[in-house]
Amino acid sequence: MDPILFLIFAAIAVVCGINVVLQTHPIASALSLICVMGSLAVIYLLLGAQFIAAVQVIVYAGAIMVLFVFTIMLLNAGAEKKSAGSLVSRAVGAPALVALLGFLSYVLYRAFPNPLAVRFGDFTLGTAESVGKAVFTTYLLPFEITSVLVLIAILGAVLLAYKELD
Amino acid sequence: MPNAVPLSWYLILSAVLFALGVAGFLFRRNIITVFMSIELMLNAVNLTFIAFSNFLKQVDGQIFTFFVMVVAAAEAAVGLAIILTVFKNRATLQIDEVASMKN
Repeated sequence: MDPILFLIFAAIAVVCGINVVLQTHPIASALSLICVMGSLAVIYLLLGAQFIAAVQVIVYAGAIMVLFVFTIMLLNAGAEKKSAGSLVSRAVGAPALVALLGFLSYVLYRAFPNPLAVRFGDFTLGTAESVGKAVFTTYLLPFEITSVLVLIAILGAVLLAYKELD
Repeated sequence: MPNAVPLSWYLILSAVLFALGVAGFLFRRNIITVFMSIELMLNAVNLTFIAFSNFLKQVDGQIFTFFVMVVAAAEAAVGLAIILTVFKNRATLQIDEVASMKN
């Protein structure tokens, strides 16, 4: 059951990921990206990370992607124009990417051979309780610093949007 | 092995998504799509963190994923505000038309 679910959602993620790169219209890319994030949330569930899967759907597929779609709508972004890429990059780019991917897969497969398997239900630390415990004890300082970062981001966004107005 | 997925499969899926993100970042010319490719790369890295968190039976990887998500949200807010400002000043979303630092 595990490998079947993994393969189905991995296939959805990869196909939608390719779609993100190939679509010329940004709104199509954004919808494909939402699809990638949804299937990744299912894969997180398979890995026992319930809390992160929920956050993935709410924050990533929800909040961040709504921001993207909102910006695309606001700017009325149409299909992108083709630019004159160099011949070298056109000829070498895709084969180099495939070669990099093949090499990475080979290294990963050699480094972690088959017996090191991940079984659904083996790992029960992904609940909101254990994640919350770790965040508020071991990782309390990084967590508080993150809140400062978010505050700075709010100020930056407001400042930029304010300049936008006048 | 009927009921288990090898760890390398998760890592290879993550590598595939990361490579797609890099390809989008390099090949696309729309600034919003480039930004979305960055989000795709962040997601790929998150998958690696979660897979190793499961593999090592430690919750720390998930905490890192949590922080990456917070940073991604902050980045999206500021980045999209910058895109709005660029569009206001240049009336374009093509990254090769925004090249005043080059010329």
